[in-house]
Amino acid sequence: MIPLPNVLLLAGILFSLSVAGIFLNRKNVILLLMCIELMLLSVNFNFVAFARHLGDLHGQVFVFFILTVAAAEAAIGLAILVVLFRERRSINVEQLDTMKG
Amino acid sequence: MVFVNALFYIFAAILIGAAVGVITSRNPVHAALFLVFAFFNSAILWLLMEAEFLAIVLVLVYVGAVMVLFLFVVMMLDINLAQIREGFTRYAPLGVLVALLVIFEIGSVVWVKSLGPDAAMTPPALPADYSNTESLGALLYTEYVYPFQLAAVILLVAIVAAIVLTMRRRSGLKLQNVSRQVSVRAQDRVRIVKMSPEERS
Repeated sequence: MIPLPNVLLLAGILFSLSVAGIFLNRKNVILLLMCIELMLLSVNFNFVAFARHLGDLHGQVFVFFILTVAAAEAAIGLAILVVLFRERRSINVEQLDTMKG
Repeated sequence: MVFVNALFYIFAAILIGAAVGVITSRNPVHAALFLVFAFFNSAILWLLMEAEFLAIVLVLVYVGAVMVLFLFVVMMLDINLAQIREGFTRYAPLGVLVALLVIFEIGSVVWVKSLGPDAAMTPPALPADYSNTESLGALLYTEYVYPFQLAAVILLVAIVAAIVLTMRRRSGLKLQNVSRQVSVRAQDRVRIVKMSPEERS
């Protein structure tokens, strides 16, 4: 079957790509949320790979819960984004400085 | 054996390509579609890793629900692309540097660990009549029943929060007040006036 180090390296590459995406798209909140989804996906890869490697199904249960929380986070994040756009007519991160001291 | 490994490399390469597309595409709609593609490839890889239920859940929940939500929001908001793209190249070297650093660190740890005795050992394939969904459900409904219910509560809270956040009262909107309409009495509305008939002239 698939060796464990290959899957871990794939998850690492995916995670670092999403970190780079957060640096690149730091103006666009929607793309930041997408990069967070990609990060959670790469973490789930680790869980699935170790569940397979150790023959232990608990890792897959954790993936299940991560998927649940990620779905809730995406829903609330997008709702906040819609409200923000309605108030400011813009989702540019640089203009969101209302709470700056 | 070799065939499964070849499939893994092919789909892993496609997945990385899709992730690069997500982070570099100019249009948010294209980024969302690339992310859908990445989720499909991840589902295929999870199938190869014998996590069949989670692969199907990934397609149903992520591609079917979360990404559709993303696409709705991206298309609903009127985004000034030129304004959002400025500063992309300015931070690109830093992003690439951080990405390479993270890849190097994770890769070196994985490489050191892969020299160990138990890393090369892969467990044999599960028997053909093994049901991933059945055993996952047996675990989820017995040992993890309280976390499972907590997950349900989290989803409920997310529903309530999303509705409350996006609900708004518009000014100048004409609405019916249903309770007042139902509780109205006939004598409030209709007044019967006794009067003598008009004289015919």
